[in-house]
Amino acid sequence: MKTIAEINKKIKEGRAVVVTAEEIIDLVDKKGAKKTAEEVDVVTTGTFGPMCSSGAYFNIGHSKPRIKLGGGTCRLNDVPAYAGFAAVDIYLGATAIPDDDPRNKIYPGEFRYGGGHIIQELLEGKDIRLEATAYGTDCYPRRKLETLISLKDLNEAVLFNIRNSYQNYNVAVNTSDKIIYTYMGALKPNIGNANYCSAGQLSPLLKDPYYKTIGVGTRIFLGGGIGYVAWHGTQHNPMVKRRENGIPCAPAGTLAVIGDLKQMKAEWLRGTSMLGYGVSLNVGIGVPIPVLNEEIAKSAAIKDEEIYAPIVEYSQNYPHFVAGTLGEVNYAQLKSGKITVQGKEVPTGAFSSYSKAREIAEELKSWIKKGDFLLSEPVAPIPGAESGYTFKPLKERPITQL
Amino acid sequence: MICKRIVLHFPQRLVEQPIIYKLVKEYSLEFNILKAYVTPQEEGLMILELKGKDADFKKGMEYLQSVGVKIQPLSEDIIRNESKCTDCGVCVPICPTKALVVDPITRKVHFYDNKCIGCELCVKVCPTHAMEVHF
Repeated sequence: MKTIAEINKKIKEGRAVVVTAEEIIDLVDKKGAKKTAEEVDVVTTGTFGPMCSSGAYFNIGHSKPRIKLGGGTCRLNDVPAYAGFAAVDIYLGATAIPDDDPRNKIYPGEFRYGGGHIIQELLEGKDIRLEATAYGTDCYPRRKLETLISLKDLNEAVLFNIRNSYQNYNVAVNTSDKIIYTYMGALKPNIGNANYCSAGQLSPLLKDPYYKTIGVGTRIFLGGGIGYVAWHGTQHNPMVKRRENGIPCAPAGTLAVIGDLKQMKAEWLRGTSMLGYGVSLNVGIGVPIPVLNEEIAKSAAIKDEEIYAPIVEYSQNYPHFVAGTLGEVNYAQLKSGKITVQGKEVPTGAFSSYSKAREIAEELKSWIKKGDFLLSEPVAPIPGAESGYTFKPLKERPITQL
Repeated sequence: MICKRIVLHFPQRLVEQPIIYKLVKEYSLEFNILKAYVTPQEEGLMILELKGKDADFKKGMEYLQSVGVKIQPLSEDIIRNESKCTDCGVCVPICPTKALVVDPITRKVHFYDNKCIGCELCVKVCPTHAMEVHF
């Protein structure tokens, strides 16, 4: 019905009709999907939450005399960065923490500082202490380097997150008799609370459940700047059971995303501490969905009431990889502040900020309306619900002498 | 009647005196200890809910001040750093007194400091360390 090229033409002329993933719900309710698809060109989505498989790579520039960090060590404010590349390329993971962090030795550990915080501090313009060691070669003789670095001094600083933007997620509860500290927050005993982590009706992959428009090369809002979908994310699991509307009944698709860190903002990339669990990075992502036809409009208008998440037990079942759920609940129920689990009324808590997700969808909408942001044609699809692509558990094999 | 939550700072010299006892005995104030760190030889801190007649309450406060106890309203002590809060809401089910509540329309988290009892549970679970203690 419409093509991305046609939509881009309208964006350039300032005529594109852009609405958020919340706003399209009302439109489809009132006018129907067919009429809405004719009128609306782009739907903007958003999500903001802790996404642990995030990080950034940097090229720090060559020192004089030269040093080869590859095969050596590198620390940024005491947080280890991966140096197994060429001379001065490093990768900093969001969950990395200093060697002398007490971790969970004093339980629950506070995990106050790590890779995610360094990414935020770089964006705030702060100086970061880099300390590296190397073994020295004829062409790279130096063995030690200690210097301050800042974002503007780096050659490349690229956010490259290998798994973000989960399509749906578990609701976490604890049936044991003591509090537990998880990546879904503190879970009180005897199902004292239920925590969830998805933007629901604003979440990118829930509004394009079969990845009809989102693919490799899709231009997105990433951390307050412009980024791209680089690939499907790790643990991408498109084959899980789905409801009639296409919404997966369990965590399903994921995205790997990439973008120039230098144009991003600390407001949308925030270091995060999870009590008793570790450090992470809160990432803000917004994906535009071109409304190419009625089908896409219909999916983009799926609302919280129609998106169900599985309730998963985190004291025994999750850690021991025991399948099964304690039921299903939709995001409207989760957002009401309480749900019923095993006959008990339970207060809910969110790890993903819905108000920030909404701000992202609004921000992306304003970029497109101003003509600053054009949609990109995906260069390859990500594996879909019929692809046969699955997420396998590890099959452990004993290490034997060959 | 008046009912207020206050933070009392005891200088070291007062730690071993029965100050709260006097509030009950002489000023007929009802008290509920929400939190206390009172160790001999050190400065003490106590968070109290005090209830009583307006005149008694006023006299009780005057008594505390006269002996050298520093009084602060509780709300001054647990502060949300607005620039750090992301309004995620993970603190909401942890708060025992519903001082942290999600607005159903804006989905922002409100902090009602008058309901706060200073338990500091939110301080520990906040992923961005937005809840700060200022004792």
